[in-house]
Amino acid sequence: MLDATTKEMKPRLSGGVINPAKTCQPIGAMYAALGIHKCLPHSHGSQGCCSYHRMHLTRHFRDPVMASTSSFTEGASVFGGGANLKTAIKNVFTIYNPDIMAVHTTCLSETIGDDIPTIIKQSEVPDGKLVIHASTPSYVGSHITGFSNMVKGAVTYLAEATMEEKKEQVNIIPGFVNPGDMREIKRMAKVMGVKNIVLPDTSGVLDSPMTGEFDMFPKGGTKIAEIVDTGNSKMSIALGSFASSDAAYALERKCKVKPAVLKTPIGIKATDEFLMTLSSNFGKEVAKELEEERGQLVDIMTDTHFHFHGKKVAVFGDPDIVIGLTEYLLSLGMIPVHVLTGTPGSKFETEIKEMLARAGIEGSNVKAAGDLYTFHQWIKNQPADLMIGNTYGKYIARAEDIPFVRVGFPILDRSVHSYMPIVGYKGAMRLLEMISNALLDRKDRDSADEDFELVM
Amino acid sequence: MEQLALKDPKVIEERKEFISTKGAQKQQVKCDEDSVAGSISQRACVFCGARVVLNPITDAIHLVHGPIGCASYTWDIRGSLTSGSNHYRNSFSTDMKEKDVIFGGEKKLAIVIDELVEKYKPKLIFVYSTCIVGVIGDDLEAVCKKQAQKYNIEIIPVQSSGFIGNKSAGYRAACDALLRLIAPAPQEQLTNNGETSQPKEVKKKSKTINYLGDFNLAAEAWIIKNYLKEIGVEINVTFTGDSDYVSLKKAPEASLNIIQCAGSMTYLAKKMEEIYDIPFIHISFLGIEDTKESIRKIARFFNDPEIEQKAEQLIARELKTIESQLDWYKQKLQGTKAAIYVGGGFKAISLLKQFKELGVEVVMVGTQTGRKEEYQTISELATEGTVILDDANPTELEQFMTEKGADLLVGGVKERPLAYKLGLAFIDHNHDRKHPLSGFVGAVNFAKEVYSTVCSPVWKYV
Ligand code: SF4
Ligand code: SF4
Repeated sequence: MLDATTKEMKPRLSGGVINPAKTCQPIGAMYAALGIHKCLPHSHGSQGCCSYHRMHLTRHFRDPVMASTSSFTEGASVFGGGANLKTAIKNVFTIYNPDIMAVHTTCLSETIGDDIPTIIKQSEVPDGKLVIHASTPSYVGSHITGFSNMVKGAVTYLAEATMEEKKEQVNIIPGFVNPGDMREIKRMAKVMGVKNIVLPDTSGVLDSPMTGEFDMFPKGGTKIAEIVDTGNSKMSIALGSFASSDAAYALERKCKVKPAVLKTPIGIKATDEFLMTLSSNFGKEVAKELEEERGQLVDIMTDTHFHFHGKKVAVFGDPDIVIGLTEYLLSLGMIPVHVLTGTPGSKFETEIKEMLARAGIEGSNVKAAGDLYTFHQWIKNQPADLMIGNTYGKYIARAEDIPFVRVGFPILDRSVHSYMPIVGYKGAMRLLEMISNALLDRKDRDSADEDFELVM
Repeated sequence: MEQLALKDPKVIEERKEFISTKGAQKQQVKCDEDSVAGSISQRACVFCGARVVLNPITDAIHLVHGPIGCASYTWDIRGSLTSGSNHYRNSFSTDMKEKDVIFGGEKKLAIVIDELVEKYKPKLIFVYSTCIVGVIGDDLEAVCKKQAQKYNIEIIPVQSSGFIGNKSAGYRAACDALLRLIAPAPQEQLTNNGETSQPKEVKKKSKTINYLGDFNLAAEAWIIKNYLKEIGVEINVTFTGDSDYVSLKKAPEASLNIIQCAGSMTYLAKKMEEIYDIPFIHISFLGIEDTKESIRKIARFFNDPEIEQKAEQLIARELKTIESQLDWYKQKLQGTKAAIYVGGGFKAISLLKQFKELGVEVVMVGTQTGRKEEYQTISELATEGTVILDDANPTELEQFMTEKGADLLVGGVKERPLAYKLGLAFIDHNHDRKHPLSGFVGAVNFAKEVYSTVCSPVWKYV
């Protein structure tokens, strides 16, 4: 595969994909649903999809991923999947007994046109139990779209404005990030002294501790009562416009909760903005503890800046993550020469191009709805010093012999990453360590004996 | 005899017939049926079955016609090694969009093929259909035929719409595609000067066999190839580990087919017997007993004293090399109890035997797609009280492993974290394996793997 990618670039008219930088909606919906306490995600379609989605999430998180399926067969695809879903709902509550079931569709059930809300209404749902749904056709958008749709579905079904006055609390919609990131976001809000509801919250679910027992529903996840209560919050902070803004706007429409859409807090600037938003809206000073962390971050940025300055970097991944990363890389003096996401959406290109223009950088390649073949071609035409992206980047990194830092989803060939945040000042420090290690390891590897140095 | 308690509501009513205990029930376990809606099934789909079988063909373009997910999730996840082209490691998809679903995806498919042919100049393209293609009714056959004629290459549709069955149906779809591939070209294409020639007679090569159902995970096919070479038998082509367009075309020349993975390849072998008159035998290179027996079986087939003598020499030498290592592991593993939950019945059977060789007791055994005959064999091999189950869900797995006091689970990707959460050791016996488990070397690797997970100090901290 290494030499199969050609340098010569021709516009691809077919719309076909070579080496995708995205995947399909249902897996995003499944991940979001896992972030609700005692929730069983349910895949309405044939069992293959469900099995793939569970497998992929399992590989990334290395934790059990539970989800049930409607197990479509030929009959269901002809007569509709209504009967399957009804049976599934009955069976799921009798066997697995979750508090809530989150149904998402697959391309199959979407194509045959099952009317999910109606089927749910006609189903026997035990007292006190809930079934919500999101429509997630896999031929539209990407896994990020699916994530967004399920979070939106959760608030649309459940959030209620039950009080006259809004509470002094914030809804934080963290986006498609790791449980380690969600933990860090919660910690920052807590240190700021702002009461918060993080939705979804996969910490404690997909990074749950080992206890010697298997728990279908680990302790973590946003509680149903909390989701209901998001309607009473003073404001919602959506981190990442692609994965989180829809839910924030839905809460505004339904419950008049004020929305603020920010970047995923990767790097110093976006983290500042997140904390300042909390501070200004809730009248809280930025906590000493966080100020100290910021100071540390600036300190190590100064200690190392000369290693990065002017280095060319190629970044790909999910849009919100890549937008946050690009801003951070610019603050380190690096030059993002190639920036790509597989998820469609023109605002990705607009936002990245604006950032590059502000930094006075010209001639970079920026693309939404792209694939890794294109990304590889870019690198062949204009080499980079460093590559950042998910596991699939390893082929390109090897072919072009470029240091490679794994960030994003999925990461299938390394472990521990899902426990470690990349958001906040702490996350920025970790990213800095990863990036500088990659560059310096490479320097050590490449230097001649006489240039090999102890202190760098 | 302890009666197994199927505690309600943990085991769902419809599932009871799919679970049995050796000795406790007369009835054989039910299998080969659709999963119950609402269960957390570990099963995969038709597309998955077809993809795993065909994907190891190294120089083909594997084009997935459907929305992006199906291609993303199957991108280079098999660990099939190659000695030639790396082409199969790429991921190609038509990435169907809403528009294609409404108006049909044939046009897009044709253009994607145009572009791929221009880029890679392949000899062979497989086009896999996914769920959605089956529903909207794209005529894959027609598009492939037209494009194949246009470029004078082979473009083979694989009818693998996910919902038309389970993984086994996918194996069959893959075998059908392989049969089309190895079929000799129509005679008019064989003549270079316009004269009609006789259909080309397939020349059989003696002492040459096809090896069916090895996907060269962690180099397993290479190990067997070397064994057979040593005894004077040549492997013609492996289906499909480390195979390519040219080698597969030579398949009809073999004088024998041996089948490792029965689940995926028996159908192909039967068809090849019918069409090309190639007899087949089932073999297994997993575990010492099976490996020995299989080498002898192959040697006997050729009825050549020299081959048989060389086979015995090989077996004796290999056994001697691994003997002391195995004894050491056996000692360490005394008293260990294992649970098995794997894809196919054939694999479960060979695992049962391997555990026996190591003196490890198997307390639970199940499969995703095992067939009736296979469950029969499993039941014969299992000891009294062993739980046997088909298409299990995680709750059942947990329940039986805990009740039976298993120390170790053998399974696939999704079972790994489940085992670890329970504080159980785990072995991957799926497409993810990183060490070869075939042959005599494989038997040692297996023992070593069992040892390193069962006897890891990590369990002290649980
Ligand atoms: S693209 Fe559709 S058929 Fe394929 S895995 Fe995703 S939901 Fe399933
Ligand atoms: S069960 Fe057998 S045929 Fe099926 S994928 Fe596994 S090894 Fe292959």
